[in-house]
Amino acid sequence: MSSVIDRAITGAQTWVNERAPGLMPFYRKHMSEYYAPKNFNIWYIFGILASVVLVNQIVTGIFLTMHYKPSAAEAFASVEYIMRDVTGGWIIRYMHSTGASLFFIVVYLHMFRGLIYGSYRKPRELVWVLGMMIFLALMAEAFFGYVLPWGQMSYWGAQVIINLFGAVPWVGEALTEFIRGDYLVSDATLNRFFALHVIALPLVILLLVTLHLFALHEVGSNNPEGIEIKKGPKGNRWSEKAPADGVPFHPYYTVKDLFFVSFFLMIAAFILFFEPTLGGLFLEHDNFVEANPLVTPEHIKPVWYFTPYYAMLRAIPDKLFGVIVMGGAVLILFLLPWLDRSPVKSIRYRGPLTKALIAIFVVAFVALGWLGLQSGSTAQTWAARIFTMYYFAFFITMPIWSSIDSVKPVPDRVPAHD
Amino acid sequence: MTKRFATLLFALSLVPVTAFAAGGGALQSSQTNLSDRASLQRGAGLFMSYCAGCHSLGFQRYSRVAEDLDIDPALMEQHLVPASAKIGETIVSAMSPADGETWFGKAPPDLSVVARAKLGGADWTYTFLKSFYADESRPSGWNNTVLAGASMPNVLWELQGVQRPVYGEHSADVPERLELVQPGAMSPAEFDRAVRDITAFLQYVGEPAALKRYTIGLWVILFLAVFTLLTWLLKQEYWRDVH
Repeated sequence: MSSVIDRAITGAQTWVNERAPGLMPFYRKHMSEYYAPKNFNIWYIFGILASVVLVNQIVTGIFLTMHYKPSAAEAFASVEYIMRDVTGGWIIRYMHSTGASLFFIVVYLHMFRGLIYGSYRKPRELVWVLGMMIFLALMAEAFFGYVLPWGQMSYWGAQVIINLFGAVPWVGEALTEFIRGDYLVSDATLNRFFALHVIALPLVILLLVTLHLFALHEVGSNNPEGIEIKKGPKGNRWSEKAPADGVPFHPYYTVKDLFFVSFFLMIAAFILFFEPTLGGLFLEHDNFVEANPLVTPEHIKPVWYFTPYYAMLRAIPDKLFGVIVMGGAVLILFLLPWLDRSPVKSIRYRGPLTKALIAIFVVAFVALGWLGLQSGSTAQTWAARIFTMYYFAFFITMPIWSSIDSVKPVPDRVPAHD
Repeated sequence: MTKRFATLLFALSLVPVTAFAAGGGALQSSQTNLSDRASLQRGAGLFMSYCAGCHSLGFQRYSRVAEDLDIDPALMEQHLVPASAKIGETIVSAMSPADGETWFGKAPPDLSVVARAKLGGADWTYTFLKSFYADESRPSGWNNTVLAGASMPNVLWELQGVQRPVYGEHSADVPERLELVQPGAMSPAEFDRAVRDITAFLQYVGEPAALKRYTIGLWVILFLAVFTLLTWLLKQEYWRDVH
């Protein structure tokens, strides 16, 4: 019996290999013979978690589009229809809305991992730049998606963000009209944002994710020690030519990731089933009121994942300068590989100055996120200005502090304790 | 490292939640219980008697209510569905928005998601319904401490009785508290329960899934817990080669 099955499998493999000879080498290059450092820690799970969330967003998104109506007259009601009358609709909708917030949580942590272990340093600059492009596309995707439920915050959030383009000299007004397709945010705006959200940006994101992974697999993964395993000795139990400190991605990291993915899904399920609005953070109170162009909400604020940048925008009294600062806060991250001049990559071998500055950076970023959710009193505005200053100072002075800070000697091999 | 990471995650998760817990003001705790079917059924009855004349639940169907609250469809049609409506239709009030605007100055809002739209959630609805007081300066003769200048009259007055404001030394505009000057058909405790039932019903209508998601969620999490354990054992088994 077993020989029959064996023969069938071998036969099928031969059949496929004869017709698509590139398939198995491709699989080996990216999975079974992709040698990843053996010392990944928990910070290295956020890439795979981001892919899991991406798949979740695409699959649940497909089901949502089966019932959602992208028209100003019907959008709000169609979401409530999904929540009540579509079988299992509420689970799909909550998976999508919770997934959106979790996407940003894992992506922010993924980027922070890059920061502390120097994952953007040579030869991985391109991996970082492609990752930043994914981040930009993701922000656009989230913004367009947030408009679709057509609640008050969807509407007025869109109004505020689109009006930012009005700060562009000379063409600003015409530009906002071009984006809206109307003189105000309206059915035309909703319809085009729907198109961008469900097809244009997902295609861009999928392409960029593929390039991000290809670029990574070309140079190989960094690790918490910041040691280049490809430059170390060769030969491990799987291959004589592979790095001694590497393990095949499949099965070692696939089983490890499977464990972390299911643990992550447990947290996601807890939010989805027990606190789907997360106290008004993941789904905001104001967005349960249908969009009304005649009633401006008292306090317009974006969803939590945009609030650090929103706090920066509000802290600047001049509109154009505010927009430049907000945009600059994201764009400056692209330059990270060239701003960091430290002789070592990982925070483990860097000095106290670096550690302190990164710690304050985390505080500043979280504080800005909190401030962006508040109404913006005078004290809060000043706090936001100080943290914004720090945010930019951290990056602009990085070439100086990263090169003068003390470092510890980096070993040639991944230490045994890892 | 893992421990430090967990601490960081925990600390980060606390920031926004505590920031939000501050909202809500001086609302009373509604203490609704969505697993109490009898309370939801009473709430549905009260809503149809006292609220549905003016307020629609435009996203909610009568049949959905019957199914979720274990009400026999025949009983539902007999007592809770108006003669003009069919059980498969959504709960639309007899008053047109245009009439509402003429009569009250503002069309009574649709209440389908009111419990989710207000910052205090169910507590807002509960406190609002209890906070009407007689105010002859208002066109309807009623005012409300939660929503000052509300167009809505106290439709529950025959149950609650009439409240009058008591002003403190500090302010002559904002009532310090309300005093029951004319008792209604219900005692204060009975009235609290009736308002709690209406609130619970509106909370359910705001999110019908709230009745099911806890039960389903428990099974999902139990499954994932077992699955996580198995994947951990699998991981340990494979990684014995490496360590």
